[in-house]
Amino acid sequence: MLKNQRRLLILAFVTGFALIGCAQKPDLQEDTSSSDVVGSDTADTTDTTRSGLSDQDIGSGVASDMDSTTGADSAMPSENVVYFDFDSSNIGQETRDILSAHAAYLAANPGIKIRVEGHADERGTREYNMALGERRANAVTEVLTLMGVGSQQTEVISYGEEKPVALGHDEYSYQLNRRVELIY
Amino acid sequence: MNLIRVHNRLVILISLWVLCLMLSMQANAVLTIKITGGTVGATPIAIVPYEWQGMDAMPLLQPWKVVSANLLRSGRFKPLPEEDMLAKPGAESSINFADWRLIGAEYLVASTMRELGHQKYEIEFVVYDVFRARPLKKYTFPTTAKNLRATAHAISDAIYQLLTGQPGDFSTRIAYVEVEKLNGGLRYRLQVADADGFNPQTVLESPEPILSPAWSADGRNLAYVSLENRYAEIFIQELATGQARRLARYKGLNGAPSWSPDGRQLALTLSKDGNAEIYVMDLSNQSLRRLTKHYAIDTEPTWTPDGKHIAFLSERGGKPQIYMISAKGGSVRRMTFEGDYNSEPTFSRDGKKMAFVHGSQGKFRIAVMDIETGVMQILTDSNLDESPSFSPNGNMILYATNLQQQGILAAVSTDGRVKQQLATQQGDVREPAWSPYRK
Repeated sequence: MLKNQRRLLILAFVTGFALIGCAQKPDLQEDTSSSDVVGSDTADTTDTTRSGLSDQDIGSGVASDMDSTTGADSAMPSENVVYFDFDSSNIGQETRDILSAHAAYLAANPGIKIRVEGHADERGTREYNMALGERRANAVTEVLTLMGVGSQQTEVISYGEEKPVALGHDEYSYQLNRRVELIY
Repeated sequence: MNLIRVHNRLVILISLWVLCLMLSMQANAVLTIKITGGTVGATPIAIVPYEWQGMDAMPLLQPWKVVSANLLRSGRFKPLPEEDMLAKPGAESSINFADWRLIGAEYLVASTMRELGHQKYEIEFVVYDVFRARPLKKYTFPTTAKNLRATAHAISDAIYQLLTGQPGDFSTRIAYVEVEKLNGGLRYRLQVADADGFNPQTVLESPEPILSPAWSADGRNLAYVSLENRYAEIFIQELATGQARRLARYKGLNGAPSWSPDGRQLALTLSKDGNAEIYVMDLSNQSLRRLTKHYAIDTEPTWTPDGKHIAFLSERGGKPQIYMISAKGGSVRRMTFEGDYNSEPTFSRDGKKMAFVHGSQGKFRIAVMDIETGVMQILTDSNLDESPSFSPNGNMILYATNLQQQGILAAVSTDGRVKQQLATQQGDVREPAWSPYRK
């Protein structure tokens, strides 16, 4: 039990570390960490241990800590979430800029692999949203490939509307949920 | 020596008791049904409390209450309040029909419940036509304490069939997904309960999402999508044994399973060849046959009850609309034209009606289409309705909706008249699927 908890603390620490590089805007950082809360449970963790992982305070606390010490020496792009319009997988200029930073990093580090996770807002049916999430993740992957990222470096996964970062039933929440996350 | 043995036995007993306690605590919240519309035009019926013939006290579960609740829920009957009844006749009593005409009953059910042995009973009842002042039919149901609820459902089916000429669906079940916040994480449970929400049993529990449960035509198996391995995969599970088999874990999407009516094939969505397409899997050897080929999204396949066609959602026209294709493949035919979003088609067992999610002006509601005329009727008036599922006799449609930020199930009759809500005490419920008749 204790051993498990220690392992989890380390896990939380590592997760926090992974999050840092990714989140710069304070509001985005919160979204990213909370998405990790919902998404990062592995099948073999128990309920008790999961509560440790899902503590948002720990995640963000560690994140700001590490940011001040190691943030500068990493070339990993700072934003790992891109957003989409309703029912759309179109990639705009802002998204393109974010992706080009990832493409440069990944092209320079061909050994690094990422998960490209597609998400949708809750409107529309669940299976359709699974397909829509995949289409968004595919669109992002296509752009990354055109920018020189190896096809072996990306794995596309869709979560549809199953893993929202914002739980409201309003346009603001929907905007945050229509996204693709690049998970290193 | 003896003491140690007693001690050991005590430890075992206590452990067993704790285990039982834990199991019972895990037992899931029962769905409670609230009727929100549609008793107008229902036939008044008097269901008299059972005359009890036994040495012991009558069992706590009183089947006539279950029967009354079932018939009320159908929207076709209005059981009259017990306090209005001037007499409480048993199955063998003589009936004074004037008493029942006075309170407006069109039909009367008079019954006797007899104790045959330890926790063994017999329920005998007679259904009377009050206006014609004559008995219609007499029934006898043997039962046990354990099976009282199931017997009450069977009695409800018998009365419904006798008076409406249609089979009842009170003995059928519903599958749904329950999501509960637990220790900061989420627990997903695939549940199977009686059609009235009682007897919920967990089929699968996971910290990762579960969706799209689908019944096999014989009601013995469920197919579903589980993300337990952080990847959408399709499983089929035998309900009696709990044994599951993973059917699909291809690269990309593995979703939207739908059983063919003969139980031999499964339609599903895969994106292994590029993007979301409809495939049919032969369950005997898991071989795949690709049905659609289009760069737009194709998903949510569902078989017509004759097994000849598959309806599905496609974005090939620019917006999600429902199309139909032969189960052997070939050209597609567009089914829906109204609104900018139509999805999740499902057919009534007679194949005459198609229910689906109809989206227009930002609202997603349940609609039903008459296949022969193509006329569509919107049945619900909320914003985020999904997952429609016909009751086996085709009278009701169960679906998922939201009520004050909570995910609940709701049911509406295919004429839109009868409305009910099914919610749990804690957490969300979603993804309902009504079972076929038991075979």
